[in-house]
Amino acid sequence: MTATAEPQLEIGRDRRRKEDQRLITGRTRWTDNITLPGMLHLAMVRSPFAHAKITNIDTEQAKKAPNVVTVVTGKDLGEEQGSLPNAWPITPDQVTPPHPPVAIDRATFAGEIVAVVVARSAAEARDAAELVDVDYEELPAALDLKEAANDTTLAHPDLGTNKSALWVFDSAEAGTGGNVDEAIQKAREGDGIVIEREYRQQRLIPAFMEPRSTVVDPTGEQITMWSATQIPHILRFLLAAVLGVSESKVRVIAPDVGGGFGGKLQTTPEEFITMVLARRLGKPIKFTETRSESMMAAHHGRDQWQKLTLSAEKDGTVTGFKVELLADLGAHVSLVGGGVPVLGAFMFNAIYKFPAYHFAVQTVLTNKAWTDAYRGAGRPEATYAIERMMTELAAELGVDPLEIREKNWIKHEEFPFTTVAGLEYDSGNYEAATAMAKEHFGYDELRAEQQRRRESNDPVQLGIGVSTFTEMCGLAPSRVLGSLDYGAGGWEHATVRMLATGKVEVITGASAHGQGHETAFSQIVADRLGVPFEDVEVLHGDTQVAPKGLDTYGSRSLVVGGEALVRAADKVIEKAKPIAAHMLEASADDLEFKAGRFGVKGTDQGVAMAEVALATFAAHDLPDGVEPSLDCDATFDPVNFNYPHGTHLCAMEVDTETGAVKMRKYTCVDDIGNVINPLIVAGQVHGGLVQGIAQALWEEAVYDDSGTLVSASFVDYLVPTAADTISFDVDHTTTPALTNTLGTKGVGEAGTIASTPAVVNAVVDAIRQFGVNDVRMPCTPERVWKAINDGGGGDKTTEAAAPHFDDSGETAIADGASE
Amino acid sequence: MIPAQFDYLAPTTVEEALAALAEHGDDAKIIAGGQSLLPVLRMRLNAPEFVIDIGRIDSLRGVSDDGDAIVIGAMTTHVDVGKDPLVAEHATLVTKAIEHLADAQVRHRGTFGGALAHADPAGDLGAPALALDAEFVITGSGGERRVAAADFFEDFMTTAIADDEILTSVRIPKHTGWGAHYEKFVRVAHQWPIVAVAATVKTDGGTISEARVGLTNMGSVPLRATSVEQALVGQPATDDAVRRAAASAAEGTNPPSDLNGDADYRKHLATVLTRRAVLAAAGA
Ligand SMILES: Cc1cc2nc3c(=O)[nH]c(=O)nc-3n(C[C@H](O)[C@H](O)[C@H](O)COP(=O)(O)OP(=O)(O)OC[C@H]3O[C@@H](n4cnc5c(N)ncnc54)[C@H](O)[C@@H]3O)c2cc1C
Repeated sequence: MTATAEPQLEIGRDRRRKEDQRLITGRTRWTDNITLPGMLHLAMVRSPFAHAKITNIDTEQAKKAPNVVTVVTGKDLGEEQGSLPNAWPITPDQVTPPHPPVAIDRATFAGEIVAVVVARSAAEARDAAELVDVDYEELPAALDLKEAANDTTLAHPDLGTNKSALWVFDSAEAGTGGNVDEAIQKAREGDGIVIEREYRQQRLIPAFMEPRSTVVDPTGEQITMWSATQIPHILRFLLAAVLGVSESKVRVIAPDVGGGFGGKLQTTPEEFITMVLARRLGKPIKFTETRSESMMAAHHGRDQWQKLTLSAEKDGTVTGFKVELLADLGAHVSLVGGGVPVLGAFMFNAIYKFPAYHFAVQTVLTNKAWTDAYRGAGRPEATYAIERMMTELAAELGVDPLEIREKNWIKHEEFPFTTVAGLEYDSGNYEAATAMAKEHFGYDELRAEQQRRRESNDPVQLGIGVSTFTEMCGLAPSRVLGSLDYGAGGWEHATVRMLATGKVEVITGASAHGQGHETAFSQIVADRLGVPFEDVEVLHGDTQVAPKGLDTYGSRSLVVGGEALVRAADKVIEKAKPIAAHMLEASADDLEFKAGRFGVKGTDQGVAMAEVALATFAAHDLPDGVEPSLDCDATFDPVNFNYPHGTHLCAMEVDTETGAVKMRKYTCVDDIGNVINPLIVAGQVHGGLVQGIAQALWEEAVYDDSGTLVSASFVDYLVPTAADTISFDVDHTTTPALTNTLGTKGVGEAGTIASTPAVVNAVVDAIRQFGVNDVRMPCTPERVWKAINDGGGGDKTTEAAAPHFDDSGETAIADGASE
Repeated sequence: MIPAQFDYLAPTTVEEALAALAEHGDDAKIIAGGQSLLPVLRMRLNAPEFVIDIGRIDSLRGVSDDGDAIVIGAMTTHVDVGKDPLVAEHATLVTKAIEHLADAQVRHRGTFGGALAHADPAGDLGAPALALDAEFVITGSGGERRVAAADFFEDFMTTAIADDEILTSVRIPKHTGWGAHYEKFVRVAHQWPIVAVAATVKTDGGTISEARVGLTNMGSVPLRATSVEQALVGQPATDDAVRRAAASAAEGTNPPSDLNGDADYRKHLATVLTRRAVLAAAGA
């Protein structure tokens, strides 16, 4: 036998993304690039009021405008438009208002669609939209979450309440732990410690780069919808279910999609309207939203009040955690809707051994844009709460925040560990990640500098923030989803097709929108089948090409979809084996498959997978009873969630004269198990971190007291750029997950989940000596400065935007603007 | 984000542009770099019937030396002003302000005259123009007139330029040898200032002999902190002395309250930033 060099494994290689060339050069197809013969365009007329009765809509002028085909209102569409689905009623008695895509007699938030113009060009549609004359009778609007929870003003008067659902988990009731009230009582009465805080999770806007866009072509046997969506499969199912079209007559394509962050995990009014009108008119139709529309009417994220009570013994051993949330749904219960806080319900206890735990969320309807998943969905809220609280506990005790964590976390030899929330964490090593992070960060030196600055009353103070996070991802075991009344399963599907030329087509039900699946999945298959990376083509995002799938969100694509892929590839090898044996005139039992070759053990005889593929295609000489195909499918349903974890350390400088904050250092050591492509992982971590940091420092969707979104453009909704961030120090420990063959864990949301509390902990740490124990997010300089000067830090900002593009003193828009 | 329809005119001389303005009056808007006007049109906050592009009028571009003053053509882009040696030498404050004005793309299209004509009180050029006693050269059918910076900014986004006039250039008296600094306070890099302070000082052996301080976004127009200017004269360029003089920076100001800060916070910022700007300008 001749000695051959081991071929380099693809898994673990820094492969540049296959997708990048077409994405970076713009030589690709986004939904908005699609132009079909005879295509019509839509413009939406949206309510300027948060809550108003629609008393009349005059469309006559608009209908007469050049090249307008028709103008429709909610009344015109009636039943035909259906009601947008909520796939996760979190309780059997959840109050869910009907949600017609075009409002019929009442607009329930500023930005809701009240009429639609169809014209031959987008510009003409927009011009005509200005001519639609809507009479509104303004109604009182439910805007403030706490007031809305008291039913002071009703978002939907017919429902009689704003309270949609109350979802509770109690460890005593579930049998997973003790009674939290008793634990708190004991700490209060005895000599324990009770920390009580209330935190605000501000409203955020997903702000994906590509605005949402939809094209519907009804002219074939099947109706085809292209959409900038994360969920082509779920969308197809729901279009069929809601509109009563046969599922087999609907094809949904998500071409290249420019980011989603949960914001495109939705079935939108715009998609339904485009579909309904294209069917009605029998012509292809396109709708692409403007950035302003996207900010106003695409779903928002977060928006909670968190009331938190943590009890501990005097030595810092935690005894109980009670979490009471108010979650703002906005005007409608969206696709996942109230389920987002429930996804956090199992994570407030995080990596700590709480003996008692209670979680309750009240979801509340208001007259604002609807909320749904946003990167992390539920888990950032939970991680923020617990990581802030553990830091507060440390401060109360006067000990280092890492010390209090270590005292309470699950030790690595204790895995698998069943938590007080009832989840089984399969693996982890918090000690290792923390030790590595401390060393990279220069923890002790920075603490010493902090001390020096305090002592010298330096106008620039230094703070150090800690976040030792874990999260549950890889959505999700179907049985668990079923027990939570979620409307679908959590499996994923993959197909491996062996082409005659030895090339491989891989079909995945995951639907990438920037993640780089084509690259990472190629690496997995290349190793598994021993074929060159370049020979693997990953197909996705078209229900006709990838007929089965549950799409991409919840850091699931690799840990669920990747596992399906591995299983499909393994089936291909099994299927190829008897054919290879036949070709080699050997017994299948004597074959071993290695590096893309079936070899006869102990000889140098063998055939490559590509040869088997060709022989199978020709089918001239196959063993009896063997079908001429190597293609295989696999559907994988995980048995557990997946639990990445990590230690994030952040140093922030605070200019005490102005309240300005500046990041000095950020170190994160994430344990995401085995890494398929370090470059892609670095991208996910960096982007994730920035998104979490943005919640801590910059982003907030602010409404004024009449319900107008004030931060409605990127002038006021501060999305950071590279110029606002520093170079992050990113490393990993590796504790493979035990619930998938590759030993991988999700990384899409980890950075976002972990970083927010690390940053706020650092800001608070820098100014705690001024009597500050909280600064509300985003930690604007104004809030930080006020916190230093009056110990507050919890104030709202002024609900007004700077009008840089006003054109005062000039003629306002001439023609009859709607109202 | 599609503007309403308009007709586009592209004159090549100031006379043609003025004739077009005279003909279409209220229905016309001038477009320079378009960095403020295009968002206005695209958001349909305005819908002029005619847009007159002055970008092809060559005489409006460039910086020249005119004895006691330098003259900046209205259509000179931020980038060109920012790297101009005459500006750097005689109106350093302008060079400094442009370093942090918007992002590279906007600086490549936006113009000196357009920014000043737009007169956003949060714009970065108003306070330096005011502090340097710039003169605005405005041309109408009757010829040219010069307006002092103090009279140019009339109100929020309103200037002395009449509907049938064009801002053709800005004359800045030479401040050769003056130290300058523009202290801009933002939350993210490419943002209009929450507050900014434009300071330029003449020092004589460590003592401030003359000072000019302009405030950005502290009212509906750019402001001069005259009491600070006066208090600085004769003072050493030390932290203590400048701190005392800067304490009155917010006097008589009426800053806005918005998402980035309320009026009181802005007043506080003005004093801190004034101190920092003056010290930096004095090289201390
Ligand atoms: C993303 C972004 C960020 C920005 N950030 C900043 C910032 O940080 N700081 C800052 O100072 N600015 C900022 N700006 C504004 C920028 O400086 C603009 O370039 C400037 O405000 C307008 O200049 P312009 O040449 O583009 O004018 P235009 O947009 O073409 O015109 C603006 C207005 O002035 C009128 N006008 C223009 N030229 C003349 C003239 N010669 N005579 C009479 N009227 C005239 C027009 O009719 C119009 O009303 C920003 C802009 C953008 C888009």
